Amino acid sequence: MPSFLFWLFAGVMLIFGALVIINRNPIASALSLVVCFLGLAALFMSLDAFFIGIIQVLVYAGAVMVLFLFIIMLLDLRAEERRTMNWVAFTGGFVVAVSLLVQILAVISRTQMAKQTFPPLASPQTDDVRNVGLLLFGHYNLPFQVIGVLILVATVGVIVLSKRQLR
Amino acid sequence: MNPTTFFIFTTLLKIVGIVFVVILPMVSYAVYAERKVSALIQDRLGPNRVGPAGLFQPIADAMKFLLKEDFTPAHVNKFYYWLAPCLAMVPAITTIAVVPFGSTLFGVPMVIADINVGVLFVFAIASLGVYGIVIGGWASNSKYPFLGGVRSTSQMISYELSLGLAVIPIFLLIGNLRLTEVVQYQIDHGWMIVPFAGDWRNPLAWLLAIPMWISFAVFAIAVFAETNRLPFDLPEAETELVGGYHTEYSSMKFALFFLGEYAAMITGSAIIVTLFLGGWHFPGIPDGSHGWIFGLINIFVFFAKIVVLLFIFIWVRFTLPRFRYDQLMRLGWVFFFEIALVNIFCVAAILAFHAPPFPKHGLQADESDHGIPGGKMGPAVA
Amino acid sequence: MLRDYLPVLLQIIVAVGFAASALIVSVLLGKAGRRTPIKDSPYECGMVPIGEAQPRFSVRFYLIAMLFILFDLEIVFMYPWAVVYRDMIHGHPVVFWSMLSFVSMLMIGYVYALRKGVLDWRN
Repeated sequence: MPSFLFWLFAGVMLIFGALVIINRNPIASALSLVVCFLGLAALFMSLDAFFIGIIQVLVYAGAVMVLFLFIIMLLDLRAEERRTMNWVAFTGGFVVAVSLLVQILAVISRTQMAKQTFPPLASPQTDDVRNVGLLLFGHYNLPFQVIGVLILVATVGVIVLSKRQLR
Repeated sequence: MNPTTFFIFTTLLKIVGIVFVVILPMVSYAVYAERKVSALIQDRLGPNRVGPAGLFQPIADAMKFLLKEDFTPAHVNKFYYWLAPCLAMVPAITTIAVVPFGSTLFGVPMVIADINVGVLFVFAIASLGVYGIVIGGWASNSKYPFLGGVRSTSQMISYELSLGLAVIPIFLLIGNLRLTEVVQYQIDHGWMIVPFAGDWRNPLAWLLAIPMWISFAVFAIAVFAETNRLPFDLPEAETELVGGYHTEYSSMKFALFFLGEYAAMITGSAIIVTLFLGGWHFPGIPDGSHGWIFGLINIFVFFAKIVVLLFIFIWVRFTLPRFRYDQLMRLGWVFFFEIALVNIFCVAAILAFHAPPFPKHGLQADESDHGIPGGKMGPAVA
Repeated sequence: MLRDYLPVLLQIIVAVGFAASALIVSVLLGKAGRRTPIKDSPYECGMVPIGEAQPRFSVRFYLIAMLFILFDLEIVFMYPWAVVYRDMIHGHPVVFWSMLSFVSMLMIGYVYALRKGVLDWRN
């Protein structure tokens, strides 16, 4: 059953990931990306990373993509008018994508890390939110503070960049 | 019957029972109640033609929604115009899955999905509800729906912050995001709005009541805003925007929007009941392990609490005037945001002095051997 | 554990199925009316529609969405904190101070936003 679900959600991700690029309408692309994120969240959950999976939905699908939709609407982006295919760009992109795939496959097949299995969680009842919390406020407390600084920089940046329109 | 088949069978039974036997009739009669209560408040009669006291009015309304012309205007973006009502309704019905609506019935726990990130699941799915509204407003290709959709989105995301912050004191107290654990804690230690009930002589437990009431007030008001109810119904302020994002909708597609809104109201009430008002617990009534009749009574208690909250929703709607948009944004971003943050640190400080033994049931027990937090797990991840 | 999530999938399927079947039944039973140019025009209270259907809107909405993401991230970090807080506070009081410093850093940005009038919609 889990392997069936893995292929289902991986397929959903691939199809909608492709639709993000194929769609002419920017809003349709944005919505495809939302579905893609939902598939990713489901994959996280199948790895027992429930907290990360839910955060994926909450932050990416629920917040970041809303901003994307807003920007598309604010800038009043219409569907692309140009229907002709830019073959040079297309072939270039294709070559880059394929070479990246070959590279990843080559690395995975050589490295020992790919073959190791992760130790299972302490017990099926282990609460992964607790594990995240214990790590975050114990071992990774300093990186956590750095994230705070990063968000502060982002906040100030957003306001400075759009201040001209406000005043 | 093997356990897996039994599990799937009971789950389907619970889903169908909750969605079709409880939520949908509750939605239709909430509409009826809204009309009757508003009539009472405004000294009118309200619906009284279909059946005794107009009781069959919701059925007539449902028939009408089904039989009316299914009209799609020429200027809309067809696919998204049809998609939007579904997107508005599905999240509202899905969130109820993690809410424990009863104790047990014949040994089967009365919660559809008892997941360990319960409350985050509610917020995550609720945040997807924005898409139905923004897509509906955009696909209608018309001014009022578009403005309504944009307003509504920005209102909903603003109040999501207050919702998320207001519940953190509860989880500071409980240390678990599972909603069944929240109910269990309230059974053992008193409902969240009376946190001293389990421990009368502890002054710090009495002190906790103040932040819990603040949390409760912020959360309840934010639910009003999140479900676009008066006094926060700016997205569909009929005097400015006609009907807001569903202006161009008719027949069943409009009904789905409407249904989604009321279902969101019911799930919102269900979350308030679960987090603050003890869930299915009522003092003196044992849980379902003492006999199936008590299991049924627990379910009844849960939905009775929801009905009381729905009545308050309706009562408020016909009592308070609408906010202005700047007042709405100020309330959410300035007042609620600040008060909820201060509230969190107050509870954290109280708990630091409070120092009761942490309830060691189930989940906590197998974690306690870590010693240094993260010490044992650090290298494995790094 | 993953089994806990199967009912969620079923619930979503039931909800989608209900929405789809309601729309299909409505299409089948609904009486088709005539189409007229007036009926097909956007609703603007009976006036002839003027201007663009999707007017530009204030940059504030965009700012709100952006700030929402940033503060949403803050809230997301608060949940694991809340879960481990009571366990850690006695042996490791740093858990209180680390969240306080994290939030205070964000509050600098918040106060800046307030001062710049980002959250003031009056004008």
